[in-house]
Amino acid sequence: MRDIDAKSVTEAIARLLQDACHRLPGDVLAALRRAYGSEESPASRQVLAKLLENAEVAARDEIPLCQDTGMAVVFLELGQEAHIVGGNLYEAVQEGTRRAYAEGYLRKSVVDKPFSARTNTGDNTPAVIHTTIVPGDKLKIIALSKGFGSENMSRLAMLTPAEGRSGVIDFVVKCVEDAGANPCPPVIVGVGIGGTAEKCMLLAKEALLRRVGDPHPDSEIAELETEILKRVNELGIGAMGYGGRITALAVHVEVFPTHIAALPVAVNLQCHSVRHREAVL
Amino acid sequence: MKTNAPIARTITLPLSDEVLETLHAGDELLLTGVIYVGRDAAHKRMIETLEAGGMLPIDLKGQMIYFMGPTPARPGKTLGSAGPTSSYRMDVYSPRLMAEGLKGMIGKGMRSGEVKEAMKKYRAVYLGAIGGAGALISSCIKRVEVVAYDDLGTEALRRIEVQDFPATVINDIYGGDLYDIGRSQYRIADLQV
Repeated sequence: MRDIDAKSVTEAIARLLQDACHRLPGDVLAALRRAYGSEESPASRQVLAKLLENAEVAARDEIPLCQDTGMAVVFLELGQEAHIVGGNLYEAVQEGTRRAYAEGYLRKSVVDKPFSARTNTGDNTPAVIHTTIVPGDKLKIIALSKGFGSENMSRLAMLTPAEGRSGVIDFVVKCVEDAGANPCPPVIVGVGIGGTAEKCMLLAKEALLRRVGDPHPDSEIAELETEILKRVNELGIGAMGYGGRITALAVHVEVFPTHIAALPVAVNLQCHSVRHREAVL
Repeated sequence: MKTNAPIARTITLPLSDEVLETLHAGDELLLTGVIYVGRDAAHKRMIETLEAGGMLPIDLKGQMIYFMGPTPARPGKTLGSAGPTSSYRMDVYSPRLMAEGLKGMIGKGMRSGEVKEAMKKYRAVYLGAIGGAGALISSCIKRVEVVAYDDLGTEALRRIEVQDFPATVINDIYGGDLYDIGRSQYRIADLQV
């Protein structure tokens, strides 16, 4: 067994979320620059230029890239040989979230009693936590600050097996088409295929955590990603919906076995402001 | 193939009728002057006030409202990140505010058919600001004050003074819609669904 101090979890979360909200990672900046280089639409190019400028200003002045600093989503991959000491693991995550949003001057956007009073919790907690137990004695933390302009465009379809591959493609393309300008394109399209309803949705979110544009290691899935990306970019939505060739920077698909009766497909969109960071303790 | 960025027109707020009539979907603008800021909760409260026969805390006649909820300002700064939020959530409220004299809205994303009809009827425009460019937009905001609903925090009703605030006309008073125009211009194939 290896001891991991709960305080180090809090510190890591506080640092990761602030860093994510202030600085676009290299893979995203590179994807935006490539988009700027290949986009034909003057209006879209103008938007992409401003987004690159925004990233510079945000990093220089430590001002959030976007005012929607999101709801925190934290993925924990806890080694079964690791032992959390000095506090409760989930409370340590919540404390880290609290600290990130206070110290980083991030917006507190979380409300309690969602269908009635909608009272702001005041510190952006609770973070949504997903935990998996893995081999080893380490704790991997991935902290995602997820904005809701894109999150609100999420969808799940329980297709029939007969709808197959083309049914999956049509559903995903339709989601991006219907979302239009709302999720702040150019987007990353996260797609989950298989599992149960909730597993499928989680796959779609996990797909967003991959380095932008890295293909899935399975060639069949990578081909599907390429085909969906082509179809999505034929929609003409463009940056911020002003019309253009690049509506998505990437399509990432994650797959899980499913039931003989089902073909679940989930779509979780990520705006161009991709804000996640990871650390291993 | 590549062309230069469109030339932006400088517009002084509040919008005069003459200027309003010259605005067309796709026009790039740089706004200077006063804008009110409010999003979901402030809109809900304004509409509740109007429905109860009350007076709004601000006079919307001829004014422009920006759908935005900022991040807190760091010490010594005017405001934090200040980009637009999705506008469709204000669709249920906007026609009523246009009836009160609101002449412009700034946000991002699509509006309902009802809102677009109201824009023609009341002669109001909808402008797009760049979503996710909150740091950059913040630098165009020179003054900010909360004018009502302080208890709503980031969702309070604010009055801001902006200089060269970049915005694009999405919907004009003639029914033009940049989202439709842009998409049809660059769309390659019809969806097979």
